[in-house]
Amino acid sequence: MAKCKLTFKTDNCKGCGLCVDVCPKHVLALAEDQINKKGHHPVVAVNPEACIGCAFCATMCPDCIIKVEKGE
Amino acid sequence: MVVFDKPHALNDIPFHYCPGCTHGIIHRLVAEVMDELGIEGKAVGIAPVGCSVMAYNYFNCDMIEAAHGRAPAIATGVKRALPDSIVFTYQGDGDLASIGMAETVHAAARNENITVIFVNNAIYGMTGGQMAPTSLPGQVTQTSPYGRDVKQCGFPIRVCEMLATLDGPEYLERVTVNNVKQIRNAKKAIKKAFQNQVEGKGFSLIEVLSTCPTNWGMTPQAALKWIDDKMIPYYPLGVYKDRTAAAAAVEKEEN
Ligand SMILES: Cc1ncc(C[n+]2csc(CCOP(=O)(O)OP(=O)(O)O)c2C)c(N)n1
Ligand code: SF4
Ligand code: SF4
Ligand code: SF4
Repeated sequence: MAKCKLTFKTDNCKGCGLCVDVCPKHVLALAEDQINKKGHHPVVAVNPEACIGCAFCATMCPDCIIKVEKGE
Repeated sequence: MVVFDKPHALNDIPFHYCPGCTHGIIHRLVAEVMDELGIEGKAVGIAPVGCSVMAYNYFNCDMIEAAHGRAPAIATGVKRALPDSIVFTYQGDGDLASIGMAETVHAAARNENITVIFVNNAIYGMTGGQMAPTSLPGQVTQTSPYGRDVKQCGFPIRVCEMLATLDGPEYLERVTVNNVKQIRNAKKAIKKAFQNQVEGKGFSLIEVLSTCPTNWGMTPQAALKWIDDKMIPYYPLGVYKDRTAAAAAVEKEEN
């Protein structure tokens, strides 16, 4: 399967979790052990190998935090 | 290959919106459409008064801040003075359907060649959650703590349906952004609304059912569901007017 790459603007994430809920492969989670500059638990990829690059997460994110790349 | 990244027509400035507020999704869709149509350089956006008052910071095109509700009047002036520009307004329901209702209706009636992005979240977000003309019957807000009483406050206004009674407007559609499928559909509608202007067809308004988790008193997730459960039944999604398609259908029938 093509390799996918996720990049997050972690400092600007508002921890709303909309990306986490929409991911069909359970790749994402809110980092309970981290607090970003805005004071939120930011998104992290806990299961990055499972990512299929569908970009549902980035589509739901109201704050353009997630960049999705696929393949080469 | 980049599958998804922030559109160029959005500046690299974090939105001030509350966590999970779908204003951000709607901003992004407008910017993606600007990128795809290649109109960033000639776009002029008119920002409202409301939570999206600072939209002028976020879009990477010329922006003007209108007095509360007056965005369609400013847009009219800009478009008539600079007909080659692509002019859009971005307005909440308090801005567009209360204080600015006259400007909205008359710009539509005149079929001004502008694009209106109407964000309906059924409440006044910026000022702390007062009842809007679009608040639902029974909806609890700061100014309707026992729920909107239609005997006292009247009924919500369905803007698309109302404007569809006018001969003026070219295109009216109601969409939402509460899941991936709806977001894609909303983008198509917004693109059409800009394309219509590029082609000189006239007034296009896209009403987007949007969330206000903070003032609805809900999680962002519950707010997305509230759109399905409460808003869509009162505000059905769909195309309310498409003059070009209607004319084509008539022509087909006659042949
Ligand atoms: C002339 C004038 N009257 C009233 C206000 C107060 N005011 C600011 S925003 C707003 C309504 C905002 O609601 P809406 O347009 O629905 O946008 P939202 O904040 O929900 O996105 C009001 C009444 C004002 N700023 N100026
Ligand atoms: S791109 Fe798709 S699979 Fe990958 S994290 Fe986002 S939603 Fe999940
Ligand atoms: S949707 Fe965006 S802002 Fe919300 S948690 Fe995910 S990355 Fe952060
Ligand atoms: S008050 Fe409501 S509309 Fe305004 S930014 Fe917050 S959630 Fe969005």
